[in-house]
Amino acid sequence: MRKFIFLIYICLFVFNWGKAWSLIEVDITRGNLNPLPLAVSPLSVDQNSKEKFKDLLKLEDIGVEISKVVENNLRQSGLFNPLDPKAFLQKPDIAHVKPRFEDWALIKAQALITGEVKIVDEKLRVEFRLWDVLAGKEIMALAFTTVSENWRRVGHIITDKVYQRLTGEKGYFDTRIIYVAEEGLKTSRIKKLAIMDQDGFNTKYLTLGNELVLTPRFNPTNQMVTYLSYFKNLPRVYLLDIETGIQEVVGDFPGMTFAPRFSPDGKKIIMSFAKDGNSDIYTMDLESREVEKITNHPSIDTSPSYSPDGKYICFNSDRSGYQQIYVMRSDGSKVKRISFGNGLYGTPVWSPRGDLIAFTKLHKGKFYIGVMRTDGTGERLLTENYYQEAPSWSPNGRVLIFYRETKSDSAGKGFSAKLWSIDLTGYNERMVKTETDASDPSWSSLLTD
Amino acid sequence: MSLNKIFRNTLLIISASILLSACAVKTTGKMQGDVYTGKDTVEYLASGVPDRVFFATNETVLTTASRETLRKQASWLRKNSKINVVLEGHADERGTREYNLALGERRANAAKDYLMTYGISGNRISVISYGKERPVDSGSNPLAWSKNRRSVTVKAN
Repeated sequence: MRKFIFLIYICLFVFNWGKAWSLIEVDITRGNLNPLPLAVSPLSVDQNSKEKFKDLLKLEDIGVEISKVVENNLRQSGLFNPLDPKAFLQKPDIAHVKPRFEDWALIKAQALITGEVKIVDEKLRVEFRLWDVLAGKEIMALAFTTVSENWRRVGHIITDKVYQRLTGEKGYFDTRIIYVAEEGLKTSRIKKLAIMDQDGFNTKYLTLGNELVLTPRFNPTNQMVTYLSYFKNLPRVYLLDIETGIQEVVGDFPGMTFAPRFSPDGKKIIMSFAKDGNSDIYTMDLESREVEKITNHPSIDTSPSYSPDGKYICFNSDRSGYQQIYVMRSDGSKVKRISFGNGLYGTPVWSPRGDLIAFTKLHKGKFYIGVMRTDGTGERLLTENYYQEAPSWSPNGRVLIFYRETKSDSAGKGFSAKLWSIDLTGYNERMVKTETDASDPSWSSLLTD
Repeated sequence: MSLNKIFRNTLLIISASILLSACAVKTTGKMQGDVYTGKDTVEYLASGVPDRVFFATNETVLTTASRETLRKQASWLRKNSKINVVLEGHADERGTREYNLALGERRANAAKDYLMTYGISGNRISVISYGKERPVDSGSNPLAWSKNRRSVTVKAN
């Protein structure tokens, strides 16, 4: 997994991010029923580069392929409506130099993305431009160089830049999802850790399926993963270095440790430790190996998640008699219950923006994914289903990914587990493509910021 | 308080609790309330010694039937003092994964505590929770869930 930390050289050759005169603006705070129509012109490739990429990557036309990645990302976001390339009148190479805005306006495109791909010193060099069709102006231009195998990431980075320019917020496309890949009978499921690009491509399996693994979560730099493994039938929290593949048990606990997450600075792991029928929350400092007990209560305390500033922890406890969400200071003081609606609440996760907590709610036999403010007010349920849980935030705090299971009969017929995503607005609910059945998704931060 | 009065009060409480339980607990087929009472998933550690006990939704309290099963296990374990056991705690699929892991652990420990009060050393008993990961019945219905809310005693050697 060396690719994971490779460098992308970005050079801005035109700096033109002023917003004052821009006509296009996409509001992402409301459900967007009229996605912005735009055109992603296939990136142009000269004949020589095209042949070389064909040899290197077995792709017929790398320019078209990268554009497809961008187009798909923009469509999936629900905010944009990429127009059918068959309707485009202008050739890609000419459009990139001097677009004929009347032609693009004619097909109702409000924005236009053009670009050019070249091979330079065996590397992939991409240049792209974003145009405001109605104003007839270029509003962004960028170029970058990377190793050619990373061509899909080029598409994701372009999408992030366009998304940021048009919405005013950072994107979430050059990211990965770590999850649990599932196979086999419901009564003896085989589970493996898997990692893939946010759009479902480049899946890699990190464990072989010999032991049960659950709830993987990235560290802030996306190089480490913490998860629960039943290795040797001892359920314990593990740490995995994605690049080296080295795994180790976290701490030396005389019982089950579970529900791990990293602290926002990546220095600690917070988790539950169960002993004698009681689960409490602990942290372990990864450098000093110092273990600290954070909660001390005869109830079940689990699913801890830090606020992005590291000052608070939200968690799940049944100390009131039922599963509810609580918030406390990160030293365990000032515990306060925040969920008071009807039903049971679980899996609280603090938004990367700091203002919301996403959760799973069980009420009258239905499962909901919802959000509330960190003081418990403003509860909003985004989606209802037979079974779904474990939301994880996109790095910009605009989208949640979670998993959903279907009903089955006693033989297991009808059962499936899939990843789904939904916008914070409650709109744009989509199944996320995975090679196998999948659960416990966790979203990485942006790989290039 | 006269002896007579105590007797009368006790009677009142007993009849009240009988009434209450008669109202609250409904026996339907293989469930009492929502605790499984059937035998079809049960295996036997020895003749007449069932290997598992069942729980109500979100509960870790042992029922009368569960305590009876565990007393049988305890007496069998006393007679077979070389055998150690693992108690496997499970939950049904209608809960969040992490909470269910804790719940399974608590259920297995409820069984462990009871075995210990009947003289079985804690050293002979280990506990593992599988949460909702290992159902015996894949069905998405109350009967299947009741079979899956269980603590199973498994021979470790």
